[in-house]
Amino acid sequence: MQATSNRPSSRRLDPPRIATLAPVVAVRGLRKTYGRIVAVEDVDVVAYPGEVLGIVGESGSGKSTVLRLLNLQEATDAGTYHLNAEGVTTEDLFTLDRYRQREVRVRHIGIVYQQPHLGLRMRYSSSGNVAERLLMTGERTFATLRRAANESLAVSEFPLDRADDPPAVLSGGMQQRVQLAKAIALKPALLLLDEPTTGLDVSIQATVLDTLKRLQRSRQITMVLVSHDLGVIRTLADRVMVMRGGRVVEQGLTDQILEDPQHAYTQQLVHAKL
Amino acid sequence: MSLTKLVTAQADYSYGFLDAYAKRELRRRILKGIAIPGYQVPYASRELPIARGWGTGGLQVTLSLVGPESVVKVIDQGADDSVNAANLRRFVTRMSGAQTTADTRQATLIQSRHRIPEEVMQEGQVLILQVPDPEPLRAVQSDLAKAREMHADSDYGQMWLVLYEQLVRFKRYMQGASYPVLVHDRYVMSPSPIPRWDTPMLHQAAHLTILSAGREKRLYVVPPYTNVYPLEFTDVPFQVEDQREWVCLRTGAQHKFMNEIPQADGGSTYEVSDTGYADKLVAQQRGEQPWIGRTYYDDEGNFYHAGYLKPPVIPET
Repeated sequence: MQATSNRPSSRRLDPPRIATLAPVVAVRGLRKTYGRIVAVEDVDVVAYPGEVLGIVGESGSGKSTVLRLLNLQEATDAGTYHLNAEGVTTEDLFTLDRYRQREVRVRHIGIVYQQPHLGLRMRYSSSGNVAERLLMTGERTFATLRRAANESLAVSEFPLDRADDPPAVLSGGMQQRVQLAKAIALKPALLLLDEPTTGLDVSIQATVLDTLKRLQRSRQITMVLVSHDLGVIRTLADRVMVMRGGRVVEQGLTDQILEDPQHAYTQQLVHAKL
Repeated sequence: MSLTKLVTAQADYSYGFLDAYAKRELRRRILKGIAIPGYQVPYASRELPIARGWGTGGLQVTLSLVGPESVVKVIDQGADDSVNAANLRRFVTRMSGAQTTADTRQATLIQSRHRIPEEVMQEGQVLILQVPDPEPLRAVQSDLAKAREMHADSDYGQMWLVLYEQLVRFKRYMQGASYPVLVHDRYVMSPSPIPRWDTPMLHQAAHLTILSAGREKRLYVVPPYTNVYPLEFTDVPFQVEDQREWVCLRTGAQHKFMNEIPQADGGSTYEVSDTGYADKLVAQQRGEQPWIGRTYYDDEGNFYHAGYLKPPVIPET
């Protein structure tokens, strides 16, 4: 302690550059109940540009509810939601009407679900699934749709010779890639990942995570990643929130949380994994 | 002035079969439909002495608009003399004392199933189309409550997704009859199962078109001089049926919508589908001088709104 106090003030470290930027997502005081059950209580979610925020927790901890609220799929009971994206910078997204919420959801938020059938039309072509995003914003030129769909599929490292096959005949890993291509087709400000690799076998899981990592590096997309798999969190996330019983019990840098967990539950979680 | 004096007394039989309240309701719904082009207005579909699905929607609109001065034409798949058309026509005249005709130019009310006449309809004429399924979004959204929400939001992206799929698979739009259209730049509407050939006839038309589904209890309207565009991609234009090579066996006419008549030798002959128009052509060839109006498609196959139909494009996939 003595050494610290003797340090000259000019040697004070600047805060990390990322923390000086305005957060892309700033959600405060989130609360959601289903009848008597409190699913989420007093949760803040803040993510900075280009950052991957991981949310871990057991089943029923409220992490998927948080993601649904972030995706504006459900009405919240309390809280504010600010997204630093074109046209909605100053507004609380929770207070927008249904029509504008849908607009924000389409333009600025992408989501990848654990189950592909939630995010995809299984009987339409894969490229059509991706093109639907552009169609929803009013794009009406076939050639443009075609090009954009193929580009987006290429970025998510999907084999283009299968671009017109329906997701129903694709493998699980490919279905996740189609979902990813659909989610990033409009270059969203925020990408939500709900257990994106759960249910895939380990080798496929690794290649999908590779793709996500590459994508995150090249495009600097802000991501919120929900997973119960600490391996996935360790690979992708910069910062982690640990949730239990609808509350955040611990948060911090990924390495810090996973190497030196403070809360009893986090310790249990980390030990169970390792 | 008391309410009982204002109200029409209950009668055993009422003019035009429907009671006064039914007719009043229908007329109000029609006015609402005119005010909101392409919007599906719900109405209480009454019982009629024909079964639901046989044109009760169109018949109710006809009965609520018909008067002793009216001249009624009833079309079934282009023909005036099929059983369905003949029965409906007889019923309407018995109930109203209106005149009937097979001539499009003379009719004031035209009730039709699956066709719009070949001759250009004029101001003051009313076309009533029977509709089996009024909801254009049914193919993409089976929940009608959600479909109505999509209409309210103008959330029509999925309709184009269907077209996208068709172009990817078949390199052309596959929807034949009932091709969805955008009315007045706002509502997507199903124009009843008219062939694609007839779809452009709704655009900037001089006449009033009322589409009514009796079983589904919905009616919607295309007012005169309203924009009606088929759903299409900007770079892949909508096409009507290609019948350029087809020649009518009865009249020698070309570039009119034809019925294909299969022959025993495996080939086909063709006949103009609009029998009222074909009869006039035949009469003209006999040396009579029927009053033949301008047709939507001229003898070279050009549509009367120049530039509305564009040359075909085969998309690159």
